[in-house]
Amino acid sequence: MEAKTLFDKIWDAHVVKKVEAGPSVLYIDRHFIHEVTSPVAFLGLKNRGLKVFRPDQTTATPDHNVPTIDQELSIKDELSRHQVEMLKRNCDEHGITYHGLGSEGHGVVHIIGPEMGLTQPGMTIVCGDSHTSTHGAFGAIAFGIGTSEVEMVLASQCIMQPKPKKMRITVDGELGKGVTSKDIALYIISQIATSGGTGHFIEYAGSAITSLSMEARMTLCNLSIESGARGGMIAPDETTINYIKGRQFAPKGADWGKAVEYWQSLKSDADAQFDTEYHFDAADIEPMITYGTNPGMGIGVTHHIPLGEDLQGTDKSTFLKSLKYMDYHPGEAMKGKKVDYVFLGSCTNGRIEDFRAFAQFVKGRKKAADVNVWLVPGSKAVEKQIVAEGLDKIFEEAGMALRQPGCSACLAMNDDKIPEGKYAVSTSNRNFEGRQGPGARTMLASPLTAAAVAVTGVITDPRELM
Amino acid sequence: MAYDKFKTLTSRAVPLPVENVDTDQIIPARFLKAVERKGFGDNLFRDWRYNKANQPIEDFPLNDDRYEGKILVGGKNFGSGSSREHAIWAIYDYGFRVVVSSFFADIFKGNALNNGLLPVIVSPAFLEKIFQAIENDPSTQFEVDLENQKFTLLATGESEEFEINPYKKHCLQNGLDDIDFLVGMKEEIEAFEK
Repeated sequence: MEAKTLFDKIWDAHVVKKVEAGPSVLYIDRHFIHEVTSPVAFLGLKNRGLKVFRPDQTTATPDHNVPTIDQELSIKDELSRHQVEMLKRNCDEHGITYHGLGSEGHGVVHIIGPEMGLTQPGMTIVCGDSHTSTHGAFGAIAFGIGTSEVEMVLASQCIMQPKPKKMRITVDGELGKGVTSKDIALYIISQIATSGGTGHFIEYAGSAITSLSMEARMTLCNLSIESGARGGMIAPDETTINYIKGRQFAPKGADWGKAVEYWQSLKSDADAQFDTEYHFDAADIEPMITYGTNPGMGIGVTHHIPLGEDLQGTDKSTFLKSLKYMDYHPGEAMKGKKVDYVFLGSCTNGRIEDFRAFAQFVKGRKKAADVNVWLVPGSKAVEKQIVAEGLDKIFEEAGMALRQPGCSACLAMNDDKIPEGKYAVSTSNRNFEGRQGPGARTMLASPLTAAAVAVTGVITDPRELM
Repeated sequence: MAYDKFKTLTSRAVPLPVENVDTDQIIPARFLKAVERKGFGDNLFRDWRYNKANQPIEDFPLNDDRYEGKILVGGKNFGSGSSREHAIWAIYDYGFRVVVSSFFADIFKGNALNNGLLPVIVSPAFLEKIFQAIENDPSTQFEVDLENQKFTLLATGESEEFEINPYKKHCLQNGLDDIDFLVGMKEEIEAFEK
């Protein structure tokens, strides 16, 4: 029998039909929707006179557009409110489960899926959001789709996809002090560039990966798209199984045993072939920080911005355009640069472990006077847990306040916008121009580095304070 | 979504010689609040196109009188980042029918093909040639021949073939989309579920 990768095994089990010289018709087990990329898809269904084919396999929550304070009041922004109401109306009409603002199941779509046990190994999972790659942490094929494809899934529970190439990224060794999975991800992207993964689906492997917690794995897989890859995945193991066990939608009774047996079979065969392979040593990875306007422009926090002398043509002009936007210069040190805002949250780093790490760091310390700190839990469940563990008290004593769940300043669709020209250290996923508000300047980092910055007000190596 | 059938196109082109143009630049998130697919072209490249006072930034190619046409030429890794299909809707609504680059992000490319916007992938050297040709003469014309999968600089006759999935090519030529195809497979999908 031909040796198969983890990806092949799941993909092949979901191909309904292969179109002659074309894409495959791929069956989708789990579909998540939110308010921004779904309304036009529902409109399309209506125009064609179609119903949702399998409403039980779609789960909805509004996250991109929601306020993170006063959620119990009506949403002030009229357009945002309309979009959120439209999602609810569409779900009601088609019998789709909807986790509304303020409800127990509410949160960022990629946080609530795993929390509820909806995300499981071996599944195909899609959502009209590029960070759907998050769910790959469970050994699922999970990727972001466009609105036309959202409509396809609603109409048929299938999409048409060409099979991507396969890449394996192996990270072996032990992570150093203060180095997190966010740093692994930013390091990988800095090495293979933001287009390095394009056309591929990544499998992460190696001892540095298997030693990660489930939440840390989600952070790593979440950022797969920032290397251009459609998704990233990690073979399920004991960590995965223990995480899922007992969650609301986890298999129960006899089904649990059967599911675990299947999940344990989900790994790449020893002699399986990958189109592209990379190997990295965990010891080479430092706490990372970005200095430019794409996630590939990252360096160790103790390093200096590259000189860019070897760049030519549009490579050079793009590099310089990026630094001009940041108002930084080639060769400058990152450490010590002034920061105005710190954002902890998003589908990348909005889980309970991220808040624990941040809280542990700021405990007994005070927020730097002129830094604004936005702490935005990824879900209602995360928020509840923060309070249950008393982390909110630690934040309060440090002079920081907890907000309510949502995507928030990651993409600044709501009021959480970094003002023009200001610098933000953000635990989110994109440092594109204007991503956190028109003219905002973003530096991506881990929750630990963000915590160090929150108490010093400047770019800081968290290891110096640990 | 219904779109125009694509056969051949002869047009001038608008150059955007920047790499890693992400979909947040193509259409910033604050313009994604609509619930219908209308009017996105007005906000295409909003923050590169207009200043804070909403005045056009003169040297941005879309505001530069020298450039016009239905072909947008971008640097490598065009369309990276967010999966927002609004980026395609904005480009299409503005009037472009073809985007040329040496490299497209996956989701962007898939979204384009689902909306009748043809992504043409050329070699890095040929892309450089296209930028150069526009710089030398902004009124220079290009031909996009989908049937023969050929992109031609009409002034010199230089051309390059481009790849496209045969199924997607058929869809573009006939203005078809995947949803009709999938809905027509209902019985096969139901059988697969068992």
